[in-house]
Amino acid sequence: KYLGFLAFTFMGLGIRFPYFNILIQIGCGYLAFAFCHEKNPKSVSDQKPLGCWSVKHGQIITCPVVCNFETHEYIAVHDDKVLRIWNNKDINLDKVFKATLSADVYRVHSLPNGGPVVLFKGGGVRTLDVLLEAPQQEIENIISDEVIKWSEAFMEGQQPVLIFTTEKDGDFFVYIQKLKMNSLHRYKLEQQELSKPLSFTAYIKNQIITLLCLYSSDSVYKVLIPLQQNTEEEEQILSKSLLLNLSVSGSVLKGTSFVVLDKDHVAVLGSLAASGEESKECLTIWNTKFQTLQTSKELPLGTSGQLWCYEEKFFFTHGKVLTVIMYKCETSSLAAAVGKLKDSQTPDVSSYVNWNTLGDEELVVSFQSQQSVALKSESKMTVSYNSTVLKPMPCTSELHSICCFQDASTTAFEDELRQLMSKAQMPDFQATIGCVITALINRCKTNPKYYPRNFLLQIVQTRDLSYSLCPDLMAVALEKKDVHLLQICLQRFPDIPEEITYACLKVFLSISEAYLQRIDVNLESVICYIDIEFNNKEVKTEIVENGFSAELEQDIWDTKITKETHLTCDGEFCPVGPQKAALLNAVLHSAYSETFLLPHLKNLPAQQAVLFLRYLYYLYVKCSEKINTTLPGIRSPTINQIMDWMCLLLDAQFTVMVMLPDAKELLSNLHKFVRAQVRFYSELNKIEGSLRELQRLNHQKDSQTYSIEVLELI
Amino acid sequence: VYNFAANYFQEKVIPGHETRSVEALCWAAGDRLFGAGLSGDITEYDLALLCVARSVDGCGGPIWSMAANSSGTQLAIGCEDGSVKLFQVVPGGIQFERNLDRRKGRILCLSWHPSDTHIAAGSIDFLRVFDVCSGNSQPERIMVNYHVLKVRRECIVWSIAFLSSGTVITSDSFGRVQFWDWQRGTLMESHTVSTSAVLSLAVSEKEDSIIVGTSTGATYQFQLLPVKMGSLEKRWVRTKPFQHHTHDVRAVAHSSTALISGGLDAQLVIRPLMEKMQKKGYDAALRKFTFPHRRLVSCARKARLLLFQFSQHLELWRLGSTDETGKDGEVLPLCRMPEHLVQLKSKGPEHIYCSCVSPCGSWVAYSTASRFHLYRVQYEGDGISIKKVPKVPKLLLPAYQLQFSSDSGSLFVASARGSVHVLQLLEPGGCKHLHTFRPPSGSPEAVYLLASSADGHWLAAVGGDWAIHIYDLKCFKHHCTVPTYSCAVTALAIHPVTNNLVIAYSDQQLFEFSIPEKQYTAWSRMVQNCGLHRVWLERDSPITHITFNPKNPSHILLHDIYMFCVLDKSLPLPDNSALLMNQSTLKQLPETARQRQLHAFKICKKFQPLLFADLLDENCLVMVERPIMDIKTQLPLPIQQKKFGT
Repeated sequence: KYLGFLAFTFMGLGIRFPYFNILIQIGCGYLAFAFCHEKNPKSVSDQKPLGCWSVKHGQIITCPVVCNFETHEYIAVHDDKVLRIWNNKDINLDKVFKATLSADVYRVHSLPNGGPVVLFKGGGVRTLDVLLEAPQQEIENIISDEVIKWSEAFMEGQQPVLIFTTEKDGDFFVYIQKLKMNSLHRYKLEQQELSKPLSFTAYIKNQIITLLCLYSSDSVYKVLIPLQQNTEEEEQILSKSLLLNLSVSGSVLKGTSFVVLDKDHVAVLGSLAASGEESKECLTIWNTKFQTLQTSKELPLGTSGQLWCYEEKFFFTHGKVLTVIMYKCETSSLAAAVGKLKDSQTPDVSSYVNWNTLGDEELVVSFQSQQSVALKSESKMTVSYNSTVLKPMPCTSELHSICCFQDASTTAFEDELRQLMSKAQMPDFQATIGCVITALINRCKTNPKYYPRNFLLQIVQTRDLSYSLCPDLMAVALEKKDVHLLQICLQRFPDIPEEITYACLKVFLSISEAYLQRIDVNLESVICYIDIEFNNKEVKTEIVENGFSAELEQDIWDTKITKETHLTCDGEFCPVGPQKAALLNAVLHSAYSETFLLPHLKNLPAQQAVLFLRYLYYLYVKCSEKINTTLPGIRSPTINQIMDWMCLLLDAQFTVMVMLPDAKELLSNLHKFVRAQVRFYSELNKIEGSLRELQRLNHQKDSQTYSIEVLELI
Repeated sequence: VYNFAANYFQEKVIPGHETRSVEALCWAAGDRLFGAGLSGDITEYDLALLCVARSVDGCGGPIWSMAANSSGTQLAIGCEDGSVKLFQVVPGGIQFERNLDRRKGRILCLSWHPSDTHIAAGSIDFLRVFDVCSGNSQPERIMVNYHVLKVRRECIVWSIAFLSSGTVITSDSFGRVQFWDWQRGTLMESHTVSTSAVLSLAVSEKEDSIIVGTSTGATYQFQLLPVKMGSLEKRWVRTKPFQHHTHDVRAVAHSSTALISGGLDAQLVIRPLMEKMQKKGYDAALRKFTFPHRRLVSCARKARLLLFQFSQHLELWRLGSTDETGKDGEVLPLCRMPEHLVQLKSKGPEHIYCSCVSPCGSWVAYSTASRFHLYRVQYEGDGISIKKVPKVPKLLLPAYQLQFSSDSGSLFVASARGSVHVLQLLEPGGCKHLHTFRPPSGSPEAVYLLASSADGHWLAAVGGDWAIHIYDLKCFKHHCTVPTYSCAVTALAIHPVTNNLVIAYSDQQLFEFSIPEKQYTAWSRMVQNCGLHRVWLERDSPITHITFNPKNPSHILLHDIYMFCVLDKSLPLPDNSALLMNQSTLKQLPETARQRQLHAFKICKKFQPLLFADLLDENCLVMVERPIMDIKTQLPLPIQQKKFGT
C-alpha cells in the first residue's frame, strides 16, 4: 500500500543471501521488506511484503538501511545520529536496539565478509563493532567543509577499503581509507571545464580501484587509483580518461546513474534527448569496447533516477512500482557484434587474441573466459616482448628486431623461426606468431619474389590463428593464388570478412582445372563422395544404412535412369574436379553473415555463378541419396550449409540466372528435385504409422519361427 | 536386487504377485527393503528367504508413493485419499504413527527433507510441504499450474525431491522440472524438458546433480553450476540428454558415479558419468539389462522337450526335427514341426519361482511362493496326458530351484536356510521325501543354484552367501565345500565323465573343481595363472548355463545373453593380443593355416539375445532366442515422434 504513494523516494536497497529478498526503503519513514521470484522477477504484484517497519512520526531515516550479512540483522540510522539494529522477528522499530552517536552518519556500508562499516559526514570511519563498544566516542573531522557526495566499500583481501568523494567549491576530491592499516589518502580529481561529475561507481581489481564518473557533459570517465601507495605525498591529482560518450546518432543521453555490468558493458539510466524532441527516460546498455549502444528500454512512466544492479538483474522504480529486469551480457566480440559466429561444431578454432592485453600476465585468464579486458587501464598498442620465448635468441627481444630478419637469407630466417616455433607453449605465443606472420607478409609485400609458401602453410596448419591476427595473409595469398593456403585459412580462421570469402570463391571458380591438377590441395572433404575417375560410373560401395541395399535398388534405378535421363544427368556427375570441389567446400564451411555476403555475390560473373550452383545442386543430390542426408568424410559440407549457400546464390543472381539459357534447365531441374524431395518427405511422414504396424506384424510372425540350422565352430 | 560390487549381478529375485503392484520401493533401517503399491499394503521383503516377510494395510486406499527418512526410522506413505501417513520402523515390522493433515487429491510422490523435519508431497495441480512435528503444511498448498492457467488441464506432479537448502524440485506432466522455495511458496526456476510428462526424478547425494526421466524414454541430467567460471552464484543447468529407453522412464536413481534409469521397456540402464571416471575402461561402459540373470528354460534332453517358464504359466514344447544335413550356415528343411504340447497355468495370483522338466520328459515340477506342484506327463502316440502327483511331501516353501537327477529318478529342491530336499520319484506317479541336506555350519540364505552329477553320486548347491556345498548322494552326507571366492556364482555344472565341477562367477572367472579330489584341477590353476582374455572378462552379462559334451570330455559349453561358447580345454588359452572372437577369421583361412590360430574359446554370436542353449546329443544343440522386438510389440505404443523431414 505504501507503493501507492506518489511521493516516495527509493533510498536504498540491501540484499540478503540466499533467498533473494529486497529491503526497500520507502519514503523517509517507512521500510518494507519484500522478495522476488527468481525466475520471474518482474511480477512483484503477487508478492507480499515480508516485513514492514516504521520510525516514529517526526523521525527521519537518513541513510540507506543495510543488512549485516553475518548476523542477518538490519542497521538503520535515523535523525543522522541514532543507530538502530534489529532482525526479522522484531516488529516495533521503537523497541529495538538503539545507540546514539556523537557525530552525523553519512552512510553505513555492509561487506559480505567484513561486517558493517560506518562513514561519518566528517569523513571519519569506524567499523560497527568498534562503534558499538563506545557509541559516544569522539569522531574526528577530516574533510573540514567538504561535502561527501558518494561512497563505496570493498574488501581487498581481508581488509575493508572505503572510497568516498567530496566536493568543495566545484572541486572534487577522492578519499581512500584502508581500515585495518588506518591509512587515508586524499586525491584531487582533475578538473573539467563546464562539466562536473554527477554520479560515481567503482570496482576493485588487482589492487587497483577503477572509479567511473558520469559527467554532466554526457560522458563517462575512468580514473585509476592504485591501492599500494606508501609515499605520503601532498595532494595528488588524478587524471581521467574518456571511457564512453553517451551520444548516439544525434541524440544525447542525460545520465543520472549508472552501473558497471562486466568488462565491456555499462548500464546507464537517464533521459534520452534528441534535438527538437521531448526527452524520454530510458535504461540503456553500452558496449565500451566498441563504443556502441547495445540496447535500450524506454521507461515512459519515469524513474527516480536511481539504478541498482545485483546478480544480473537491474532494480529501479518505474512509475509507482519497483521494476526488476534480468539481463545477460554476451561475450563482447566483433564477430558477435556484426556477423555470424562460427558454427560451434568446429572445435579446432577456439582462441582469439586480443592485442590490447598482450604482454599482460592476465592473458591466460582472458583466453579462458574468451573475454577481452577492455576496462583495463593500459591500452597497449605498442607491443613489448618480455616473454621468455624469445629470450634465448639474441636480438629478438623487440618486435622490430624481427623485421631485421627481413634482410637475412630465406633459409636462415626460416630455420630461426622453426626453432622459435618448437619452443615451449607460452600464453602469448599465439600473439608472437601473429607478429612473425605480419613481419613475413610485410616482407612479401615489399619483395614480390619472396613468398615462403611452405612455412606459412605450416604455421597456419599447426597454430590456431585468426584472420584478425594476420589480416594481410589472405590478401597476399589471394594475390599469389596460393589456393592451398587459402583453403587451410578458410577451414581454420573463424573471423574471415565476407569480402575475403567472396574473393576466395571467385578465385576458386575462375582457376582452371588443369592448373589445379598440378597443385596439392587437401582433398579429405571430397574423397569420400566424389568419383575421381569421370568415366568410371560404378557406384562406390559404402556402408549402407537402415537396411537399404544398393544391389536390390539397382533395377529400380536402371528404369529410373532410362526414364528420367534429363533429370539425373545434371546431379549425377560432379561439374567440377575434385581439387576445385575441395576448395569450394572450404568456402561452404566458412562463417559468414548473409547481409554482408550478398552484395559481393551479386558481382560474381554469370558463368561462375552457374558453375557454382551446378556444384551445389550436385552436392544436394548427393546428400539426398542417403537416409541421414549427410555426406561422408571429414569437413564435408552439411546439408544446411549447402541449402543456405544455394538460397543465397539464387537470391544474389536470380535475374541473371533467369536470363541465361543454360541456367534455365538447371533451375528447372533443381526445382523439380526440391519438389520431389518435399513430396517424398511428406509421403514418408504419411506412411510412418503403417510402416510401424507392418513392422509389428512382421515381428509377430518372426517370433513363431523355428529353424534348424547348421552351425560349424572351428 | 542387483549387486554392484559383484559386477551388477542380479543377485536376488523376489517373484511378483498379481494383485500386489509395486509403486514404490525404499530401503530403511539399514538394509530392510519395503515396498508399497496399489493394493494399499506396505510390504516388507525378506531378502534371505526372497519372499514377503510381512504386510501391513496402509488404510488409505491405494498407495502411490513411499519414502523413508534419512535415518531410516520412519516411513511416509502417500495414499489415494490424499493422506500422508507416518509409520515407525520397529524391529520385526512397522507401526502406524500418525496422519499428517489431509486434503483431497492423491499423493503421487513424497520426499523427506534431509533433516527429517519436513516432508514434501506432490499431488495433482499442487504440492504441499508438511511439518513433521505439527503435521500441518504452511503454506497450505503451492499450486504448480500457476503459469498455465489458460489451459484447463490438470498438472500431475509425478516426482518430487527435497534438498537440504530448502529447495523443492518437482517434475510434472507438462514436461517441466521446477525448483521451488517452499517457505515463500514461490517458483525459483522452471525448465521445460519435454513435451510429454517428466515421470521420475532423483538427486545425487551431494545435491549438485539431478536426473529426470520422461515418458518419451529420454533422461536428462541437470547440474548445479556456477553462472561463470569462479562465480559463487550457481544455477541449475540442463547438461546431458540421454535416450536409452523407448518407453516411459518410470524410475531413476543417481549414484555417486552413474545415472541409473528403469523403464516400461523392461530395461535397466546404468550410465556412468564420464567426469567421475578416472580412466576410460570397463567401469565407464554403459550397462543395459533387459533379461534376468538366470535360467527360465529347462530342457529334457532325451525326450527333446523344452519347458518355458513364464510369470504365471509354463509351456512344454516338443522340438522339431530334420533328416537332412548341410554345410555351415544352411537352414535345413523340417520333417517334423515343433509342437506345443501343453500349457500349464499356475492357479492363484502368485508368480512362479522356478520350474524344471525331467531329462526323460515325464515329470514337470514348479513352485510358487506358497505351493509346490509335481506333474506326471505321459505320451501316448500323438496324445499327451498330464496328471498332478497327489500328496507331495510338505516342504518348506518356496522352492528356489528345482533339478531332476539325470536318470529322472529323483528331484532336488533348493530351499531356504541352505537346505536341499531330495525327493524320490515313484512310478506310476508319486513321490516321497528321502533326505534333506543342510550345510554343516548352517546358513541363513536360500539355495539358488543346483547341479547334480550324471552318475547320481554328487550334488552341488549354492546359497545366497555364495558358498558352494557338495553333498554325497550315495551316503547322504556333506562331502566338502568349495573354497570361497568373493563373487556371486552365476552358473555351475558337474562334468558327466570326470565329475569336475565347473563354476562361472559374475566377474566372468571360470573355475574347475575336482569333486573326488576336493581340489581345483590343474587346468583351473593354469587358467588362474595365465588369466582369461581381456575381452572375455569385460563382457557384461553373466554365464547363465553350463553344459558338457559327453562324447568329447574336453569341451565345456557355456552361454550368456550375447554369445554361445565351446571351451576346448585341449587347446591353448588365447593371450590378450589374440583375437578372442576368431571364428569368422578362421573360416576364411585354409585348413593348414588354421592350426596356428586355434585357441580354447570357440565363440558364436549368431544367436542374440540368447535365453538358453543346451546340448541335446553329440551333434545337436538347442538355442532359444528372445528377440527384443518381440517384447517391444507387446508393450504399448511409445509416444509418437516425427522421424522424417523437418
